[in-house]
Amino acid sequence: MKILIKNANAYINETWVDTDVLIDNNKIARVEKNIKDDADKIIDATGKKLIPGFVDLHCHLRDPGQTYKEDIHTGTKAAAKGGYTTICAMPNTEPTIDNIGEVEYVQRKANDLGLCKVKVIGASSKKLEGKEIAEIATMKEGGIVAVSDDGACVQNAKLQSNIMLYAQNFDIPVIVHAEDYNMAGKGQIAGGKVATKLGLAGIPALAEEIIIARDIMLAESTKCHLHIAHLSTANSVDMIRIAKKEGIKVTTEVTPHHLIFNEERLVSFDTNFKCKPAIRSEKDRQALIQGLIDGTIDMIATDHAPHADFEKDKEFDFAPFGVIGFETAFAGLYTHLVMKNLISLELLIDKLSVSPANWLKLNAGAIEVGRCADLVITDLNKTIDINKNTILSKSKNSPFLGETLYGKIDITICEGKITYNADE
Amino acid sequence: MNNNFSLLGRNLYDLDDFTEEEIINILEVSKVMKEINSREYKKLPTLKGKTICTLFVENSTRTRMSFELAANRLSADVVTFEATTSSLQKGESLQDTVTTLNAMGIDLYVIRHSCAGSPQIVNKHSGKPVMNAGDGRHAHPTQALLDMYSIYEKTGTIKGMKIAIVGDIVNSRVVRSNLIGMIKLGAEVTVCGPRTLVPSHLEEVYGCKVTYDLKTALKDADAVMGLRMQLERQTEGLFPSLEEYSKHYVLSKQTIKWAKKDALVMHPGPMNRGVEILPELADSSQSIILEQVSNGVAVRMALLFLILGGRF
Repeated sequence: MKILIKNANAYINETWVDTDVLIDNNKIARVEKNIKDDADKIIDATGKKLIPGFVDLHCHLRDPGQTYKEDIHTGTKAAAKGGYTTICAMPNTEPTIDNIGEVEYVQRKANDLGLCKVKVIGASSKKLEGKEIAEIATMKEGGIVAVSDDGACVQNAKLQSNIMLYAQNFDIPVIVHAEDYNMAGKGQIAGGKVATKLGLAGIPALAEEIIIARDIMLAESTKCHLHIAHLSTANSVDMIRIAKKEGIKVTTEVTPHHLIFNEERLVSFDTNFKCKPAIRSEKDRQALIQGLIDGTIDMIATDHAPHADFEKDKEFDFAPFGVIGFETAFAGLYTHLVMKNLISLELLIDKLSVSPANWLKLNAGAIEVGRCADLVITDLNKTIDINKNTILSKSKNSPFLGETLYGKIDITICEGKITYNADE
Repeated sequence: MNNNFSLLGRNLYDLDDFTEEEIINILEVSKVMKEINSREYKKLPTLKGKTICTLFVENSTRTRMSFELAANRLSADVVTFEATTSSLQKGESLQDTVTTLNAMGIDLYVIRHSCAGSPQIVNKHSGKPVMNAGDGRHAHPTQALLDMYSIYEKTGTIKGMKIAIVGDIVNSRVVRSNLIGMIKLGAEVTVCGPRTLVPSHLEEVYGCKVTYDLKTALKDADAVMGLRMQLERQTEGLFPSLEEYSKHYVLSKQTIKWAKKDALVMHPGPMNRGVEILPELADSSQSIILEQVSNGVAVRMALLFLILGGRF
């Protein structure tokens, strides 16, 4: 199968080039002007942007076990609509992905569907209980790209140290959801002005920062590659900036919702803004944007966390933490950050595509001959309406409900195959 | 008062939705209701045919009785739904409960719930006006209104009054609603308690003063309110013992001397005599604690009347 993309404005070597791109089978075959080829499909991309497919290091597909929230089919369909060509599934499913059998199940199912490549992140402790190390080496044979107890956090520093030593032994990065349980307590939203006003129990910034400080020190001593998930506080950004300067092997990500919203959005008790880590103050948000710009924060990850309506439509204290993100990541960030001149479009692409692709050592993240044909065609001037009818994800818990966003994804191509086409 | 004052169909989630003028009007209507409560036959036909549901997902016999008396005195029918938070969590959800009750023809809901934001859920699923009788640590607007009424009745104004509130601030919905209402009406409010029981950003959010020292808090106060100190805060590691708390923060004949002479002594109840307030003060002539309870019925009558269509 050959696809010829005509007249695209493509992001190549950090600049914008008017070009045609020919895809042959699953690879980029030619990147030139005026390509003539009797391709099976010709796409006219006049006036549109051609960019490398997005890569998400952090999502929850809820499969196996919680398929009323999402499954691998609906999840990858939503991901393709959002322009994603590779996503990494977190292991907090039922049963936990803490063994090679579950790893293979997720990969096989995703592979059969072919809507988006799915990489698996295995549990770092068995059943995410924080008691015993999971079979990291065996899961690596099965194809995991990292380990994490995401959703949970290993509280025992000695065990975390052992997990990092052991993972380093097998060259596997450890991803940490940083949360000290005692500090977080029964917290529902970020500690601060809004929590004080609403009388909701606050999660202090320290709940995240104490664990980040601990794990940076463990990374230094174990030489393990530490990746901090969903950074949320200004002090966290500062600590990682210092750790990187010291040469400690630490990388990090931030979510679109932490970059776009602040705690003020919680004043109406809208549970579609209830997530972990909590959405914090404007000062924290600005620090996250700054960290993204100066390179402290390596990438943007969605932390796509589907929950059913009946779970979210509850008393605030009883609603689960988490928001969905695949279908709004690019358009949300383009509308709220790029169009407001807070970051450049190039930086956004770097953080959504290039950097996470490199982190995963994929043959993607660039439009070059020989690279995997993982591509997105977007029309920046076209809008999408975000509401419960337009969302493809099985769950509709989006903080963007009711918004109209610029930066519509027209076509997503994954491994040379069209996985999403807005016109079909 | 504007003689066409009404709050028809309004929700009472908290006092930030109400203007200074509206709050004063509510206090004025409460005065009329209080006069009715002093009659031998305490009944008006105003709300005949209206049905009020008191939905109590957190226990409070006193507040529920106060609401029910208020409704009865205005001739409304009252039904009560009592549940525990855990039963709602396990069985039928709050939204299912509300949809079911609503199908029976309720005109107004009064809700108490241990979770902040629950009154909004009741309104969302019923489309009917909702009065918040206390949601989590968030708000307790009828308590704040009755507290303000109690001061207003004695002094004729809230403006310029110095009011001190002492105790477990962080866990108190009474404090939060009072801060909004009293400051809106021009009072100078100081909150006081040990640092572990006072939340951050209070000054910024409400425009009140914060002190951790009782003497400073009481200085020149026109009214002093004690808050219930719960033993469970000790097991949560927030303070070492009731005894030590009492030593530093008790309202007594001794400590009240730091306030203005004849300062009003208040408490939203139920009291822990000997912990946050000594009986010698709670039962003294300075205390208006029992009047607060009587005023509660009048204020709730005024609100039910105004929200369900009465005009003044």
